[in-house]
Amino acid sequence: MDKGLSLKGVTISSGGAPLLSVSHDIGSGEVLTVMGPSGVGKSTLLAFITGTLAPDFRAEGEVWLDGHNISDIAPHQRRVGILFQDDLLFPHLSVGANLAFGLRPGESAAERPGKINEALDEVGLSGFADRDPATLSGGQKARVALMRMLLSEPCALLLDEPFSRLDAARRAQVRDMVFDRARARELPVLLVTHDADDAQAAGGAIVTLGG
Amino acid sequence: MNRRRFLPVLPILTLLVMLGPVVAGLWGTLLPAFGHLPAVGLTGPSLDPFRDLFGWGGLPRAVMLSMSTGLLATSVSLLIVMLVTAGWYGTRPFRALERLLSPLLSVPHAAAAFGLAFLIAPSGWLSRLVSPGLTGWDRPPDLLIVQDSWGLTMTAGLIVKEVPFLLLITLAALGQADAQRSMTISQALGYGRVTGWLKTVFPRVYAQIRPPVYVVLAYAMSVVDVAVILGPTTPPPLSVQIVKWMSDPDLAMRLEAAAGALLQLGLVVGALAAWRLAEILVARLGRYWIARGSRGRFDLIVAQGALIAGGVSAILVVLGLLVLAIWSFAGFWGFPSAFPDGFTLHNWMRFGPGTLRALGETALIAFTVAGAALFLTIGCLEAEYRHGLAFSQGAVWLLYLPLLIPQTAFLPGLQTLMLSIGADVGRGPVMLAHLVFVLPYVFLSLADPYRAWDVRMGTIAAALGARPDRVLWQVRLPMLLRPVLTALAVGFAVSVGQYLPTLLIGGGRVATLTTEAVALASGGDRRAIAVYGLMQTGAALVPFALALLLPALVWRNRKGLRHG
Repeated sequence: MDKGLSLKGVTISSGGAPLLSVSHDIGSGEVLTVMGPSGVGKSTLLAFITGTLAPDFRAEGEVWLDGHNISDIAPHQRRVGILFQDDLLFPHLSVGANLAFGLRPGESAAERPGKINEALDEVGLSGFADRDPATLSGGQKARVALMRMLLSEPCALLLDEPFSRLDAARRAQVRDMVFDRARARELPVLLVTHDADDAQAAGGAIVTLGG
Repeated sequence: MNRRRFLPVLPILTLLVMLGPVVAGLWGTLLPAFGHLPAVGLTGPSLDPFRDLFGWGGLPRAVMLSMSTGLLATSVSLLIVMLVTAGWYGTRPFRALERLLSPLLSVPHAAAAFGLAFLIAPSGWLSRLVSPGLTGWDRPPDLLIVQDSWGLTMTAGLIVKEVPFLLLITLAALGQADAQRSMTISQALGYGRVTGWLKTVFPRVYAQIRPPVYVVLAYAMSVVDVAVILGPTTPPPLSVQIVKWMSDPDLAMRLEAAAGALLQLGLVVGALAAWRLAEILVARLGRYWIARGSRGRFDLIVAQGALIAGGVSAILVVLGLLVLAIWSFAGFWGFPSAFPDGFTLHNWMRFGPGTLRALGETALIAFTVAGAALFLTIGCLEAEYRHGLAFSQGAVWLLYLPLLIPQTAFLPGLQTLMLSIGADVGRGPVMLAHLVFVLPYVFLSLADPYRAWDVRMGTIAAALGARPDRVLWQVRLPMLLRPVLTALAVGFAVSVGQYLPTLLIGGGRVATLTTEAVALASGGDRRAIAVYGLMQTGAALVPFALALLLPALVWRNRKGLRHG
């Protein structure tokens, strides 16, 4: 398989004790949901894929993205996007500057503000570019975090329980928005959650760890 | 230079910069102490320097002063801080003390000592305020209060400065001790505040603050500037006598100084060992006390006594600065008037230009040294984050080593060594010597907030395509602006306060506010001392104010960064 995200014989252990092992291919526009109680190493798997695994873990296996083995390249060169349960907007930057941080360089400087405004328009936050992220509601922050990630043009998207901090009403709305955007860009998505609703809504294959 | 290669070298470079001078200085002390000083044509080994040292009549008293002031100052300030925290943590009076903490901490030792002397001397402000009304004195009474032969005033001068330091590190340790829940439980079991705290929280807190407590003990036993200002003179404490021998025009006296320096080191090591034994004893008594289940009948009295002691120690520093300010503007001020006859700018006009020159030298050294220390510290912490190159638990003690080995034990040796290899004394070597003492404080100040930064921010930034350097400069450091500036201010204040390294390694040619102020001590010109002492305090205090102000200004529109 060429396009998509593949985990080939990934095994992670901590202090000699095996933690998890996963082998799976996620095609373009597909979702894989990894479920399991907290502490089972779901976030550790994502850290391995982003290349930020803490040194006290040992990992074997390979991660392939769009036909390339990315296991040994630096985190910032992997083009793997990630969203956490906290929005993690940079508190010292305005909403617009957060998006600009994500937006890939390459275009002329003059086009960048337009791109950023388009991204804000797309999620119903027109005119928010100069706002302090700390003054936004939880749902608004989640939308900015999503657009910031998408502007960096990732080739895959990892979701680390990204909806668990949102209240029930916002939750479905933000969840649909994330999956719609990911499908529209034909991104392979790896969702980690302990919430059955999230897994249901994702609609793809489900792997359960530590069950 | 390739950064991948450069960053991992920084921790080693840091240890080298910090410990190199200490090791070299001890070596430079060891040789002359055993009679080996080729510069004056002496080759050892011989025991003559020690024979001379033990032949000095003042030695028993000098040794006793070093031990008594060190042990007394450390135990009293520790006692005050523990009991105040036990009895009052989280209450309104405690918050008032906390607010005074940062300014009190940044007042240099020398300035605080001068302030205390101007307050409690027979002709000091306190005596003037109650004379002749209460006392009937119209001349200063003939009492030896400052420079008393027991070193009690010197001990008091150390206590008022160590209380805020120990309070600061106690507050930092409390954050990790889960104190609040232990207190709730023990109070629900019927324990008084103080007893409950001492029985449940104190053991955890003390385990954390032990290294800084040792630092206080080593420092108080070997301090020079406070001893010159407040300590006895005939004989002075051992550390002061070592410096006297070092500055003797007869180079052969350096041998005796080196022998004294080794003795000083032995005294500190011995006192630390004794302290450790006392810890074990207290722990044993404490377990017995806990097993008996007493709920604390005297808690209220103990807490009130501690609060009074802590309050007095804070007020003495504040009043000391106030009386320095009055003297700096004083016209004629005869005893027993409570205030000068008039206020004038004359003193500032007269000593201002001199202080400004010294301020320039002080600031140049302090800024360079604090900046270098900050660079090395961030380098170490970043190497730890990127490459997992963390200091092990044992290596953390290495950070404290330059603060545990008495300055008087290795600085004289460093000076002798530099002279014997023909290296020039002056500003550059002074900066390197300051770095030895500034680095540990900058590292200890920045390490916790640096490590507490949410590393997921780094993951997100990397996932957005940012290189590690971009993450550092555009995300991590801006978010940590306040702790970074605070660490810089801490380093600046530590450098400003350095007396002995500036004096010895500068060869008397580097004049900072601290060396100039301490040099004025023997002259007794109160107006000159007041001007220099205030300038010294300002030099240490202003960077702290900026470290609070600048982030508030830069991030005034960023709610997420305002509280931290």
